[in-house]
Amino acid sequence: MGQMPVANAAVKQTSVVENATDVLRFLTAGSVDDGKSSLIGRLLFDTHAIADDQLAALGLASRKRGLSETDLSLLTDGLEAERAQGITIDVAYRYFKTPQRTFIIADTPGHAQYTRNMVTGASTADAAVILVDARKGLLEQTKRHVLIAHLLGIKHIIVAMNKMDLVGYEYSVFHDLRNAFLAFTAPLNIAHVQFIPVSALRGDMVVTRGDRIDWYDGPTLLETLHAIELKHSLHQGPLRFPVQWVCRDAQWRAYTGRLVSGVLTQGQTLTVLPSGRSSVVTQLRVGLREVERALAGDAISVSLADQLDIARGDMLVAEAHKPTVQSLLRATLCWLDETPLNLNTRYLLKHTTRSVSARITQVLGKLEVHTGQMHESTALVAMNDLVVAELMLALPIFFDAYSDSRATGSFVLIDPVTLLTVAAGMIE
Amino acid sequence: MSLALQPQSNQHTDQELTTTVRTHLDWLESEAIHILREVAGECANPVLFFSGGKDSIVLLRLAEKAFRPARFPFPLLHIDTGHNFCEVLRFRDQRAAELQERLIVRDVDASIQRGTVRLRHPNDSRNAAQSITLLETINEFGFDAAIGGARRDEEKARAKERIFSFRDHFGQWNPRQQRPELWNLYNPSVHANEHVRVFPISNWTELDVWLYIQREQLAVPSIYFSHERLVVERRGYLMPVTALTPAANDESVLQRQVRFRTVGDITCTCPVASTASTVAEIIAETRLARVTERGATRMDDQTSEASMEKRKKEGYF
Repeated sequence: MGQMPVANAAVKQTSVVENATDVLRFLTAGSVDDGKSSLIGRLLFDTHAIADDQLAALGLASRKRGLSETDLSLLTDGLEAERAQGITIDVAYRYFKTPQRTFIIADTPGHAQYTRNMVTGASTADAAVILVDARKGLLEQTKRHVLIAHLLGIKHIIVAMNKMDLVGYEYSVFHDLRNAFLAFTAPLNIAHVQFIPVSALRGDMVVTRGDRIDWYDGPTLLETLHAIELKHSLHQGPLRFPVQWVCRDAQWRAYTGRLVSGVLTQGQTLTVLPSGRSSVVTQLRVGLREVERALAGDAISVSLADQLDIARGDMLVAEAHKPTVQSLLRATLCWLDETPLNLNTRYLLKHTTRSVSARITQVLGKLEVHTGQMHESTALVAMNDLVVAELMLALPIFFDAYSDSRATGSFVLIDPVTLLTVAAGMIE
Repeated sequence: MSLALQPQSNQHTDQELTTTVRTHLDWLESEAIHILREVAGECANPVLFFSGGKDSIVLLRLAEKAFRPARFPFPLLHIDTGHNFCEVLRFRDQRAAELQERLIVRDVDASIQRGTVRLRHPNDSRNAAQSITLLETINEFGFDAAIGGARRDEEKARAKERIFSFRDHFGQWNPRQQRPELWNLYNPSVHANEHVRVFPISNWTELDVWLYIQREQLAVPSIYFSHERLVVERRGYLMPVTALTPAANDESVLQRQVRFRTVGDITCTCPVASTASTVAEIIAETRLARVTERGATRMDDQTSEASMEKRKKEGYF
């Protein structure tokens, strides 16, 4: 139960946003008991992203529930069912800005039965803040959160060891927990794991340092989030331009879409997949403006010197660095639907802007999310299960390994009868 | 092959665009354009809600960037409650004409005459009632996707909504049965008589919208800027005094310097005290605002903890 955080005069300045230069998306995972809501509340409150009327509404809602203090978890639990049950079910998105950065938080539920919702939040996150209760040590739930974040390709994992105030701000507690964590994460080869001792309740090491953790000289949580470097790898990646929509009028034809990886320049020769034909870029636009060069992430429009037959679902690439073109895949699937996986169903596979019919030919094993171990038990693949499977597609797709490129290594499966999104896939 | 597009001043120069620097507005813009093009690529019969309000003004600019020099692959639609500000309706018509895009207008009044919308009092707020006219219009044209300018930062139920948000054949949102939405892979598939609502600026805040209006030099209706208006103070809000919302006998009518943060139904949209007369001043004010957009201006969101969630379940956008 989070107390109303106390405003800290020293951080008032952060509410004045001058030039938020980029966007960092991160998820928070952990249960209400770990103090996740307090942590998010603290981040939002100390960066002035909670308005007075929201605080007043929270106070009112808390009193209605017979609480003597404002419960910040009511801020993050937006739906009636969630407030009734006192749990987070679905992903909620929250926003705050500092002078350096715009942040999007995907607040994801902690319980195992909502694994699919954490997977959803993780799919677009650049970083994960994993909440741990310093009193409880390394629990199975925390291991699951770390493994899912890692599996979804999150390169920056920040372990916030919360409730340091309840263990007397003891260095030894932090030290032992960090060692236990490192023993668990070492075999996973996670690029960046950082540990921060915090008290969300009192605000120590979240936005401000406080003066109670003098043995820690690392960055605060907000400083850590500021320091994460983004995107450079996308610009350096191979050129990938999935065609979304063809823009036509009487004399004009341009292929539009988002450049998902690499750099594209005027005059460059592009190869069209699947046809294999090539042509030269005669005009390149970002929005309405003609440019010399576009970067990964830009929504672009490209005209070519030759009249080629190019449609939505095709991909423009550089001849020297083509993706894999194949109709057989091996992928990790997270099953999202209440109806279990069925080997006889023809699913619709959606990958970049291309949709093809697909069948799961074989389930190779199930991933035990508490340990990271693979089991060969493949009897039933139900909601929230993570499995490695082989798929056969009606037509080839143009892909990279998920570990190299999220945008060209991910897909979803849609049930052709219910039209529900039933699985998320990451290509090996 | 050349393209006649007027270069706009005060935008990025080509040189800026080719550096590695992208601002958060570039990021939000690119995401939104991608979403609009997904609708164009996947949906058979989409429509875009255009009310003349600031969020839908931004949507139209994004649509220009996504689709020009071609026509938009969808018409514009406004559900007129009959209680709209005339400045906003004039702006709506003018903007649609400038863009040479088709604007469909349907009236809540027509639904009242058909008997599908029933109000206890003729001057009751029609904000919730417009859901019915909206669903009737979606059925009339058979729209399978409806693009709107709702944002997740507006309200706590919206914070949980998908970018492609499914509506059943009653037009209802079911928050417990939302389709998972991963990466940038959206699922717009629907059966006959179902549709998706699509929210390209889900991840924008009120401040982002104004920063974008400034960067793109977009015109907005005059009532967003500070002006003198007759108001009464009621339950902590400033209520505009209009033919629809007269002052009560015991209320004193005041002349105040105000502006609107949102421009919805007259009967439930309140102005705020403000001297901001330029977009830059509105941005400065928004940065320091201590009350949310809806909290300051929408009386209908204050009736219960779940007002918006309830309306959305009934087909509201």
